[in-house]
Amino acid sequence: MSELNEENVRAEVRAWLEANWNPELGLVEWRNKLADSGWGVPTWPKQWYGRELPQALQPVVDEEFARIGAIGVAKAGIRTLAAATILAHGTDLHKEKFLRRILTGEDTWCQLFSEPGSGSDVAGAVTRAEMRGNKWVVNGQKVWTTSAHHAHWGLLLARTDWDLTKHKGLSYFIIDMHQPGVKVQPLKQMNGHASFNQVFMTDAEVQPEFLVANVGDGWAVTTTTLMHERRGADGLRTWAMGSDRKGRIYEEERAEVATTMEPYKWYPQRAGRVDLILQRAKETGHLADPVVRQEIAKLLTMSKAAEWTARRARAAQALGRPQGPEGSLGKLVSSHVARAAARIHTQLSGADALLTGTDSPMGGVIAEILVSVPATSIAGGTDEIQRNIISERVLKMPKEPSIDTTKPFRDVPRNTVG
Amino acid sequence: MKFSFSSEQEEFRSNLRRFLAERSPTKEVRRLMETDAGWERDAWRKLNAELGLTAVRIPEAYGGQGFGFGELGIVLEEAGRALLCAPLFSTAVLATGAILNAGAEAEKQALLPGIAAGDTIATLAWVEDPARWDAAATTMTARRSGKSYKLDGFKSYVIDGHTADLIVVLARKPGSKGENGLSLFTVAGDAEGLSRHALKTMDTTRKLARLEFKGVKATLLGEAGAAAAPFARTMIEAAICLANEMAGVAERLREDALAYAQMRMQFGRPIASFQSMKHKQADMLIDVELAKSAAYYAAAALDDGDDDVPAVASLAKAAASEACLQTAIHAIQIHGGIGFTWDNDTHLWFKRAKSSEVLLGDAHHHRELMMQRWAA
Repeated sequence: MSELNEENVRAEVRAWLEANWNPELGLVEWRNKLADSGWGVPTWPKQWYGRELPQALQPVVDEEFARIGAIGVAKAGIRTLAAATILAHGTDLHKEKFLRRILTGEDTWCQLFSEPGSGSDVAGAVTRAEMRGNKWVVNGQKVWTTSAHHAHWGLLLARTDWDLTKHKGLSYFIIDMHQPGVKVQPLKQMNGHASFNQVFMTDAEVQPEFLVANVGDGWAVTTTTLMHERRGADGLRTWAMGSDRKGRIYEEERAEVATTMEPYKWYPQRAGRVDLILQRAKETGHLADPVVRQEIAKLLTMSKAAEWTARRARAAQALGRPQGPEGSLGKLVSSHVARAAARIHTQLSGADALLTGTDSPMGGVIAEILVSVPATSIAGGTDEIQRNIISERVLKMPKEPSIDTTKPFRDVPRNTVG
Repeated sequence: MKFSFSSEQEEFRSNLRRFLAERSPTKEVRRLMETDAGWERDAWRKLNAELGLTAVRIPEAYGGQGFGFGELGIVLEEAGRALLCAPLFSTAVLATGAILNAGAEAEKQALLPGIAAGDTIATLAWVEDPARWDAAATTMTARRSGKSYKLDGFKSYVIDGHTADLIVVLARKPGSKGENGLSLFTVAGDAEGLSRHALKTMDTTRKLARLEFKGVKATLLGEAGAAAAPFARTMIEAAICLANEMAGVAERLREDALAYAQMRMQFGRPIASFQSMKHKQADMLIDVELAKSAAYYAAAALDDGDDDVPAVASLAKAAASEACLQTAIHAIQIHGGIGFTWDNDTHLWFKRAKSSEVLLGDAHHHRELMMQRWAA
């Protein structure tokens, strides 16, 4: 066997792609080939569709795919989190049943963690799973569930023991979303979009073999999923532009991208659209206003410095150095950037900031910025939680006192909703 | 290397940090800042000989070490962290920059080896009007007199101006205007007709002087009437270097405030356990890390010869000005009453933050320069 280095891997993947890539194949057909060859997820175990390549060689494989224009495995959405979680904690049965269809994109997944009563405090979940006969029976309500309306499977965090402490009473399941006990309703947001869902589970059933890890291990497994969610947050933004090349497989991929990305179409606006600021300042005749110039320069300074800080973090990671503080700041900084950008967009738009939709500048884009930015400092961990994380984990300041983790969960004060 | 330092650079930094912590403890800072000069020649020459601080970015052909702004930035960041009382910024950044940017080969050969060796203390004198940092505001005149020139007028806010051996001076041809007719000159610190007096500075760790020139004999540096471009380049380099120094000042303030909060007990618990303190510290970390990223990027952009350097320099200086002062304000606040006393060290770095905020133009000034580049 040849040595695992960049040159050999590049030659090998190139030869394989040249022999196998064909844009007239069906998307699923091609991705099954990827799964069989191990080139779709080369860092995964050999036993499960991978080649056990070191992470550092992944870019080499990506480059060869890009060079020939080959499509990769399905990457977007919760399915990647499901795959990472199943690889880390799942049984062979889980891997057998789910991984291939995740890679081919045939199955869509959703994440059933947040509840109306537990947002920042995910471990305070009160959705109940009880063993009745030979099945788990689930009752409760989940919220902020992306893709639940078309998902086949859900990653479910539920409480299985109310006499244990908060984190110990949780278990993690894979639930079939297509069953009578699961009802999905869209959740309309303040910006008018409905990118998320509420999921109501009434005597929904989970087969006993779809418990992930052991009863009581739910929090540890959830932590794995959340860790991959944080890591993948950047990836999603760069993925899924869809290729404009011709061929059956590209058309199928474009359709997949359109469906997957539909809930995220307002996300650029949520981040403040810094890219539009100079153009808008010119168009609205504000570019000579010294006050506006100062505000724009402040924003550009912050957004550039934030970008460079993120790149410092990635550079350190690539060099295998321990992560410095620069790696933990991006989420909080992006809130500052988004808010500053929204403030300037308002300043530039004047009375037009009163309008929305087609009456608003840029066919509604500006209005969408103004009513979407508030999500940035909430979704994926509020600014307040980010500050706690930074101060406790990076700066080693004392942890918040936790009065809810030492007594049986049934005695912990909690919200009455849900 | 815009986003990471090499292991050699990291090692250089940690050696420097250790060394400066030993040689420039706060006690020494307090002793030197009370002196008129602000530094001592023998001690500085010894330290400079050991660490090669003024030689770092001077090319080997002129007796230096031939490193770039990445390394000089590290020197300045560590000097800022230690609040090193030395004629470092004046000599290694301002005067060295002006000589390298404007000087002819023979002039560099003549002037730089002494600077690299630490024998020559040098500075750059250009500001006259307290509201103007640009070359066009220059009113000092240079009249030709045989092979040399005579300078008349005054310069102010000259860093280490009262102690420098060599002063690089910006002056103009009589009757010229704006950026035309500007030349750089070198003047000996003890030249006849030059009177120098130290200004009372709020930040006593960085001394400033006012210099009066009455027919002072000066030697032309570089090409006559063509100083505008090399001077502008020197200012860009200086802004980037100062941003790196300020990153060190800001980080020291942040770390000291954190250490104090961890130690200080009130209401039966360390004040660091209060969420208001934790959130403030998280915000301080963001300010400091973003300013560091901008300063590092700008230094690397200089070394890489990026076209965008003027805008990036102003961005880095603006970011540092805001972050460093804001961190100083928070640091005083976190220390509470003790932080407002003379005996507590926080005010030393607070004052350096304040002086650096203003020096070479404040954040507003640099934001406007940045916009002139990016939104013309």
